[in-house]
Amino acid sequence: MNRASLIFAALVAIAVPLSLLAGRIWVDPDVTPNAVPILMELRMPRAVLAVVIGAGLGAAGAAMQGYLRNPLADPGLFGIAPGAALGAVIALYIGVGSAILLPLFALVGAGGAMALLALIAGRTANPAHGIALFTLAGMMIASLAGALTSLAISLAPNAFAMSSIVTWLMGALTDRSWADVMLAAPLTLAGLAALWLAGRDLDAMTLGEPAARSLGVSPGRLMALLVVGTGLTVGSGVAVAGIIGFVGLIVPHLVRPLTDKRPSSLIVPSALAGALLVLVADVVVRILPLVTELRLGIALSLIGAPFFLMLLLRMRRAA
Amino acid sequence: MLETRAIAIADRLDSVTTALHRGEITAICGPNGAGKSTLLSALAGLLPADKGEVLLEGTVLSALPPRDRAKAIGYLPQSGEVAWDVSVANLVALGRLPHGDQGKFAVANAMAATAMSDFATRPVSTLSGGEKARALLARVLAGEPRWILADEPLAALDLSHQLGLLKVLRAQADSGVGVVLVVHDLALAMNHANRVLVLDSGRLKADSAPEEALSLDIIHEVWGVKARWLGEPGQRALVTQD
Repeated sequence: MNRASLIFAALVAIAVPLSLLAGRIWVDPDVTPNAVPILMELRMPRAVLAVVIGAGLGAAGAAMQGYLRNPLADPGLFGIAPGAALGAVIALYIGVGSAILLPLFALVGAGGAMALLALIAGRTANPAHGIALFTLAGMMIASLAGALTSLAISLAPNAFAMSSIVTWLMGALTDRSWADVMLAAPLTLAGLAALWLAGRDLDAMTLGEPAARSLGVSPGRLMALLVVGTGLTVGSGVAVAGIIGFVGLIVPHLVRPLTDKRPSSLIVPSALAGALLVLVADVVVRILPLVTELRLGIALSLIGAPFFLMLLLRMRRAA
Repeated sequence: MLETRAIAIADRLDSVTTALHRGEITAICGPNGAGKSTLLSALAGLLPADKGEVLLEGTVLSALPPRDRAKAIGYLPQSGEVAWDVSVANLVALGRLPHGDQGKFAVANAMAATAMSDFATRPVSTLSGGEKARALLARVLAGEPRWILADEPLAALDLSHQLGLLKVLRAQADSGVGVVLVVHDLALAMNHANRVLVLDSGRLKADSAPEEALSLDIIHEVWGVKARWLGEPGQRALVTQD
């Protein structure tokens, strides 16, 4: 475990208990009435889910940046999040948006996007074209899923369906239960394991694809690990919380200077830092004194977009 | 021995047959687009041949598990890409990936052989072009391959760095490693290679000792340039004539 992992693990360990106390009502376990049900049934699953989803997004972002050798890459590029969102939107559209069916539809959407990616990119004759084809395929899947999502919104049978779709898309952890944790946690863990296994191959990719292949990296195996890894982490995250953007982009950036900059050294600390970021952001949206709770997805994009612009400005100055 | 048997790749290589030996520096020469990098990639097992086959010590290269191939053949691409600003020590250690170990001894040896030991903790972005070229060669050496295949490793280097890198490669060849280089500078090939392959439009035009393979007739025929060699063997210079 490297230094950055230790720092973020410690911060997560501190932030989780604190986050349980914070909210519209500050819980004092000795005084607050119904403190135990509030903590155990409302805030605890929410905190665990924030950690799970943030960890998945952070690790997926780190792996994507390593794979594409580009600090501006984001797990969203693969079209898995839009695919999952489309699945959920279809569930809402046809009116089966229950707590169990909606995530399942989203997982089917994520799986569909993954299968389509593998089908298109897995058939490259010339391995040198693999990454470009893979990325383009992901972007096309993302825009197709996005268009179909918009179509579902515009054709929504009634105002209620439309509003529930739009609200869901904004991403939130409000009122999530242990059932959501049970669904997302094992899938995310499996995805994290796949991304972790890709670490050494991603290190080799630092030298470019031909050199990586000369070092024994199998492009097909690497692609499969990344499709499965990002598919499970991002897909299960979207399934239980909607679209939560920018975590996969920002977190690896913040963490990279604290590591030796090898992609494999970035995956675990990015998972921990992603967990911390989503957890803290969720606390912030809970305690902001607004009439309705600010949606987590919006909050993170509000932080993320200016950060991205700052990054571009800094890169321009460096160039 | 690293052999090709009548390999053909798209319209870039046409029926190339050759057998390269360990302990020698082999230079692959030819005009732009002649198929030099294609041949090198095929020898490295990175580009499948449409026809024919590549054999490493008698085994069909494409049948070898990628990691075994990677342990035997070190490949240095022309791009010199290092995507992340890792330290020199971590860059060189990437050469150990096929072995799945840290290989501290091999990494230290590789850095010593390329005079990079003092740079171990330096980020790659702080290196000069010549230092980076040495660090990238050290990455290949760290894998302790039996073959080193390098695509124009000397192209962007000044004279002293060219000679420095050639000295490292010569020491590798003397220790029994097969060194195969794509080289543009015919005088470098003439003076430093044991053997020269000349490619022209995907076909092998010459495959012999440098004095023979880079004869004035062949240079005229392949490059379309009238030239003449000056100096003594081992210290040749090429001058062109109008």
